[in-house]
Amino acid sequence: MDAMIATFLIQDGVTSGAIYALLGLALVLVFSVTRVIFIPQGEFVAYGALTLALLDSSKVPATISLLVFFGAIAFLLDLWNMRRGADRGTLLRSVAVNLVLPGMIYGLTTLLAPLGLPSFVKALLTILIIAPMGFYVYRIAYRPLADASVLVLLICSVGVHLAMMGLGLVFFGAEGLRAQPLSDANYTMGMLMVPAQSLWIYGATIGIMIALYVFFERTLLGKALRATAVNRLGARLVGVRTQLTGVTAFMLAATIGAVSGVLIGPITTIYYDTGFLIGLKGFVAAIIGGLASFPITAIAAIAVGLIEAFASFFASSYKEVIVFGLIIPVLVWLSLSNAFHEEE
Amino acid sequence: MNIQRLLPGLTSIAFLAVIPMLPVPPFWITVLNNIGLASLVTIGLVLLTGVGGLTSFGQAVFCGFGAYTTAVLATNYGISSWLTLPLSVIIGGVIALPLGLITVRLSGHFLPLGTIAWGLSLYYLFGKIDMLGRYDGITGIPPIELAGYRFLSDGAIYYLIWFFVIAVAIGARNLLDSRTGRGIRALRGGGQAAEAFGVNIVRAKLTVFVFAAVVAALSGWLYAHMQRNVNPTPFGLSMGIEYLLMAVVGGSGHVWGAIFGAGLVIILKELLQRFLPALLGTTTNFEMIVFGILLVVILQLARDGLWPFVLKILPKRPPKPIPTSDHKLPKRTLAPAGSPLIKVDKARKAFGGLVAVNDVSFEVPAGRIVGLIGPNGAGKSTTFNLITGIASLTSGSVFYQGQKLSGDSPRHIARHGIARTFQHAKILPEMSVLENVALGAHLRGSAGVFKSFLHVERDEEATLLAEAAHQLARVGLSEYANRPAGDLALGQIRILEIARALAADPTVLLLDEPAAGLRHGEKQELANLLKKLREEGVAVLLVDHDMGFVMGLVDHLVVLDFGTLIAEGNPAEVRRHPAVIAAYLGGAA
Amino acid sequence: MSANLLELSDIHVSYGRAEVLHGISLAMKPGSIVTVIGANGAGKSTLLNSIMGIVPSRGSILYNDSPVPRSVEERVASGLCLVPEKRELFATMSVEDNIELGGFLRSTSERAETREDVYIRFPRLAERRKQLAGTLSGGERQMLALARALMSRPRLLLLDEPSLGLAPKIVVDILNIVSELRKTGVSILLVEQNARAALEIADEGYLVELGEVKLSGPASELATNPALMESYLGTHA
Repeated sequence: MDAMIATFLIQDGVTSGAIYALLGLALVLVFSVTRVIFIPQGEFVAYGALTLALLDSSKVPATISLLVFFGAIAFLLDLWNMRRGADRGTLLRSVAVNLVLPGMIYGLTTLLAPLGLPSFVKALLTILIIAPMGFYVYRIAYRPLADASVLVLLICSVGVHLAMMGLGLVFFGAEGLRAQPLSDANYTMGMLMVPAQSLWIYGATIGIMIALYVFFERTLLGKALRATAVNRLGARLVGVRTQLTGVTAFMLAATIGAVSGVLIGPITTIYYDTGFLIGLKGFVAAIIGGLASFPITAIAAIAVGLIEAFASFFASSYKEVIVFGLIIPVLVWLSLSNAFHEEE
Repeated sequence: MNIQRLLPGLTSIAFLAVIPMLPVPPFWITVLNNIGLASLVTIGLVLLTGVGGLTSFGQAVFCGFGAYTTAVLATNYGISSWLTLPLSVIIGGVIALPLGLITVRLSGHFLPLGTIAWGLSLYYLFGKIDMLGRYDGITGIPPIELAGYRFLSDGAIYYLIWFFVIAVAIGARNLLDSRTGRGIRALRGGGQAAEAFGVNIVRAKLTVFVFAAVVAALSGWLYAHMQRNVNPTPFGLSMGIEYLLMAVVGGSGHVWGAIFGAGLVIILKELLQRFLPALLGTTTNFEMIVFGILLVVILQLARDGLWPFVLKILPKRPPKPIPTSDHKLPKRTLAPAGSPLIKVDKARKAFGGLVAVNDVSFEVPAGRIVGLIGPNGAGKSTTFNLITGIASLTSGSVFYQGQKLSGDSPRHIARHGIARTFQHAKILPEMSVLENVALGAHLRGSAGVFKSFLHVERDEEATLLAEAAHQLARVGLSEYANRPAGDLALGQIRILEIARALAADPTVLLLDEPAAGLRHGEKQELANLLKKLREEGVAVLLVDHDMGFVMGLVDHLVVLDFGTLIAEGNPAEVRRHPAVIAAYLGGAA
Repeated sequence: MSANLLELSDIHVSYGRAEVLHGISLAMKPGSIVTVIGANGAGKSTLLNSIMGIVPSRGSILYNDSPVPRSVEERVASGLCLVPEKRELFATMSVEDNIELGGFLRSTSERAETREDVYIRFPRLAERRKQLAGTLSGGERQMLALARALMSRPRLLLLDEPSLGLAPKIVVDILNIVSELRKTGVSILLVEQNARAALEIADEGYLVELGEVKLSGPASELATNPALMESYLGTHA
């Protein structure tokens, strides 16, 4: 292996690693606020990539129907909760959030999609379609389980993953799609040829990391989210509505998932079930970060990307075994250090 | 054996045996075979998850080990399937040991994550190894042969599969109804009660983990000889998730519910794969959506699974008779009254800079009742935890009859005959009152996993249960013996904990707020019981806030405030002690 | 139109099947300090938790003559604030952040105003703004809990055993601060095990035993009542 191949592998690894970092960050975000280990994050990525690819062909993406479907279910659940009577305000709010919002997005997309939009607008539209799904998924699956143990929430996540993957199959079909890059340019830096898409990926990852940092460290809402994770009762006692923090965390995760999908869509062909495997790799990074630390998760994600790139060069058949096998010693180590903390 | 109790089981078996002989469509037999194979895995998983509290998504991997072992040995080396059976099962167990040792030590939610990790890695490994035929797998596996008869048809292997299912289910029920089983069932809810009575938590977890793996390997062996070819597909994570769904549907801890859960999910799968598309005129696969939604809905609405609903509509079985036994368990000889049993010597516990227990020394002699009191935050619970082994001392020691106790785990402390109750009662609400008490006698028995599975430890079990019945009578709860412990009122639950502690034949009783939540009459009864035990020579240390209860009962009081011992003596002296009055009523601001 | 800020009528609270409060009634005038005292296990904390809405209760709770709002968050918004026994601080966040979060429901300008007051009242906290709450001493943590509570500009402050685990000298400091708070117009319902100290700063007292009110009346009378000592130290059987 010479320097040329090495740099190529490194570039490859860092690019994938950046996507894994976005996934890992979303997982840590959701877990630290809601104690949910959000395995379906990969599905948001797949939805994002497939939506962008469909928009690229000027087709109306089936995602909007999926969005309306989610909204309808959430609305029905709200109605059921209101069966013993509710005020007009609650009813109107439910209609607005669950029916009107998806309806408007549906209409907007149906109008715009056939027009052949510039790539940036397509990306934003994709994110607009998918972000509210975070709210609906939380409302439908997780809010009724708000006080359940981490374990029950994990099993619920597995169920949500299956359902979302199945819905992906129904709404998108079984074929894989590949989106167009945000920009076709290529830049040469010394030995390297860096496609513009990679720069977008690095930029977005760094941008999101900075935005998350600012949000959690500098805004009151972000601090309230952290506080809910640190001490739920304490948060309630200062008036934080813990449902609000749940909703915010899930919508942020869906947004980050959509962005990841938009970024990765042009790089590989995405199928309805590709999300899970990508999600798992982000998952490995999040676990190494103890489901708690953003910086460690990001670094671990880059490491996972690099290991994957080099492993696939040297021992391509054992790539997955290595990457997933990595989780076990990390878990053991985490378990041991956790045990120490509990003793005290 | 009571025929009435066995009737439902015998009827079901007869029904099962008859089905292949009836003119049913052949794919029903296939479906029933699949249900049987899945039931085996699910029974193991239900024990692992529902009873042991260890959620695993990776059980399908063990099926793979069982299947591949027999596939390789039968096709490459021509070894007979009856020889490959023990080998398949042993390999399942051998692989499970190191995986189990790692997995069971993972705390909380790390555990299922770990199972996802090895569930995935091993699945990929199956697809990479040449000897296993990589992704194409191994074909041409010979059918099982018995005395010249080849189990070639679906109908033939049906009997074999269901024979094993019923045998394993009965064995699992035997296991749960035994001393080992009680230890495993006590793992739920933290296992602190189990540890306090001598159960080796790690070993119990490992036992149930290996059991689940072995049973899954058995299922794999049967699968290989039924399909006559194997490839990695059925041994991956998605199948592992499906098995977990079956266990969740069937309900945690219900062995027969496991079969029900497996049946429900597989029949649902058939409906979704075969009938629904034909009905709707599409080729889309709705399986994943339905399973996903099913899993979430059950968690939201019926977390204990659907089997409990089925149980409600089935006719109730007559209760088990309380066993009597000719043998009596050996009892400890108690030390003469007044001799020091527990000695706390300058015990100190500091959390960083905060000193919770400040060089406290006192004794608990045989045949005496000692009360440990003090205002809120005085360090009573911490001191109590130091004696029971839950917390470790920063300095100082605790002795039992001269032997050092400090540094021992609660499990070892139990061996000395030191039994305890808990401030927040730790009983198993689904287990019967009698069995909860029998957990206390765990260390007085010795039957292990194999004996329990095969149901041959009945004598020892009868003796243990008879002892439990005796203790129940002593505390006045006999009429509740066969009721689930969760039915009892809080006051009765506290008394149940005392009966459990008595079943350990203790020399020392450590009681943590025994009077909390008791009504006046119950407190009187408890006080009388404790006085009787004192006459018999047992030493009692109790922590409580109820002054009326404590003052009228104890021989000696130890008063703590801010972690320091401020007064010691008989109740009358302590009541008048100015430091005690100041500690409780407060100094002037 | 009664003159009471808070009126509890026949409050019953159960944990599972065990009833811990058997019909407590209590009334508080605005601007007063009322203390609820009693031995450990009497149900005092449960009473405060039920007023705050953390545990469900049967019976009526009237706040400003209307039924108290349903959710915990709404009660905080309406001016009720609980400082629980375990303080429930955000241990891995800074003193500053804890205080800021106390004013979560208030406007930015209200927060800025109250923040200044709070740092003047608790100079020790002002010195340790960036320190993590979990590393503070017991007394400082209690001050932080009080400071955080004050940030929500409460009308009725519920204090659960502020002296718990604190050295006697610090208890004096804390209770003095509590007494001073009355001047800002906030009413205080104080639960304490340290009966004497509590009765010294309170206007009225309620002695609770095993989930029921045994005695009530002006604090000075309660302090000299012999039933008090019996309740804490029991009668010899």
